[in-house]
Amino acid sequence: MLRDITLGQYYPADSVVHKLDPRVKLFATMIYIIALFTFQGILGFAIITGMLIFMIKISKVPFSYIVKGLKAIVVLLLITAVFNLVFTPTGTEYWHWGPFHLTSTGIMNAVLMTIRLIYLIIGTSLMTLTTTPNQLTDGLEKALSPLNRIHIPVHAIAMMMSIALRFIPILIEETDKIMKAQMARGADFEDGNLIQKAKSMVPLLIPLFVSAFRRADDLAMAMEARCYSGGEGRTKMKPLRYQGTDRKAYVILIAFLVLVIVARVLLRWPQ
Amino acid sequence: MGIIKAKNVVHEFFRRDEEGNVESITTALDHVNLDVKAGQFIAILGHNGSGKSTLAKHINALLTPTEGVIWVDGMDVLDEDNTIPIRKTAGMVFQNPDNQIIASVVEEDVGFGPENIGVPTEEIWTRVNQSLEAVDMVKYRKHSPNKLSGGQKQRVAIAGVVAMEPKCIVFDEPTAMLDPNGRKEVIATAHDLNKKKGVTIILITHYMEEVVDADYVYVMEKGKIVMDGTPRDIFSRVDELKEHRLDVPQATLVADELRSAGVPIPQGILTRKELVDAIMSVANA
Repeated sequence: MLRDITLGQYYPADSVVHKLDPRVKLFATMIYIIALFTFQGILGFAIITGMLIFMIKISKVPFSYIVKGLKAIVVLLLITAVFNLVFTPTGTEYWHWGPFHLTSTGIMNAVLMTIRLIYLIIGTSLMTLTTTPNQLTDGLEKALSPLNRIHIPVHAIAMMMSIALRFIPILIEETDKIMKAQMARGADFEDGNLIQKAKSMVPLLIPLFVSAFRRADDLAMAMEARCYSGGEGRTKMKPLRYQGTDRKAYVILIAFLVLVIVARVLLRWPQ
Repeated sequence: MGIIKAKNVVHEFFRRDEEGNVESITTALDHVNLDVKAGQFIAILGHNGSGKSTLAKHINALLTPTEGVIWVDGMDVLDEDNTIPIRKTAGMVFQNPDNQIIASVVEEDVGFGPENIGVPTEEIWTRVNQSLEAVDMVKYRKHSPNKLSGGQKQRVAIAGVVAMEPKCIVFDEPTAMLDPNGRKEVIATAHDLNKKKGVTIILITHYMEEVVDADYVYVMEKGKIVMDGTPRDIFSRVDELKEHRLDVPQATLVADELRSAGVPIPQGILTRKELVDAIMSVANA
């Protein structure tokens, strides 16, 4: 049940995108999100679609694998689309009933919002699919290192993130074990209404928390025994260094953003 | 002076109530003396609550003595400036393999220790390669630790300690959570490190079979060292061991029972092979 979570999973492949520096990919995702919410008109849309298809192609991640990730947000998509569809009062009105309107702008907004959300998920999941969690935290640590100057413990935050990621499968396994142990003694996690179900989670959560704290304690001791004393004076086994392709990628990204903005200025049709 | 020397070490755990008043004091170590020479393979035996894990944590400066002194390679554990050098000298492998692996890739975990002590990048890679080779885990270097068996995980943890190139490694019940195969793997790795790299090993355990090959054995109970000697010496005192609620290796037990039944079998039998040989020589005589 808990094993089905596919969000943020790494898809191992040997591609240019996989080899890019994680900082480039973080920057790219940011640029992509900005582009997605600034574009207007068919031309901008075409540029973004082109870029997305190009990225998926060179990342060597199968398209069907990416689409699978969309399943998780179908409900969210539907709600957003319906709300945009019936609650936009402006534009040419085709039909209305009480507070509900069906207008040309409403249809436009619904379509646009759905496309934006789908593109958003596909684009960002492309980053997590091509970057291992460790690379991601390394990239974040390096990219955010200027924040150290204003006393934000960037290294500690990155370390916590990577430890959390390491312990997710262990804690999931543990939950499974506790659940089975409780079920063997007659606990019922399936039946009953929502409140009863929530109540039945309590005997699951308490042992899980206790064990998580115990693990944290053990791990802290093991880290100390291995001379861990924070980020200072630490060297890196896999230091991040920009390569030629990383620089090219930055140029392409900036060009992409400029193009999207130019397209917005030149051709705003439709809307 | 040996690499590890403990003199009259006392450690007390205080249990405090909400106002901070001491409710009760548990003496986990009671005037413990220890002298370990470099290159030795030492075993510390004892059942749960005998204070053996507390002693282990003292050698690594994770705990400091309430009374008495410990020197690790000549460094006093009570001096806080010595903490990091002591941890570089005496590495530690813990009981639960899951709770001591930090990274999600085997080789990155092995590199964690060297990263902490500021080893340059190129040298980290050499050390990681050598340590993985020493524990025979090279082919799993890119794997996620979650997909390894208990024994393999424990070997990764050992590699992580070896990569820091300590003179001494303390194994705190490294096999308690493993299956028999995993146990053999880990103990064999410890012996291997002792023989090939000359690392001083301190093995803390409650499995008798694991101490048979040690150079010297300490037996602990209620925070005190109650017996010490070579394994052969210790295991010939079967009655005393039973008093301390410790098991004796099966072969030793059979030999002892035979002896008390009148069969002339010599003292100090540890392995099955020795037992078979002894019985055969009695039968032939």
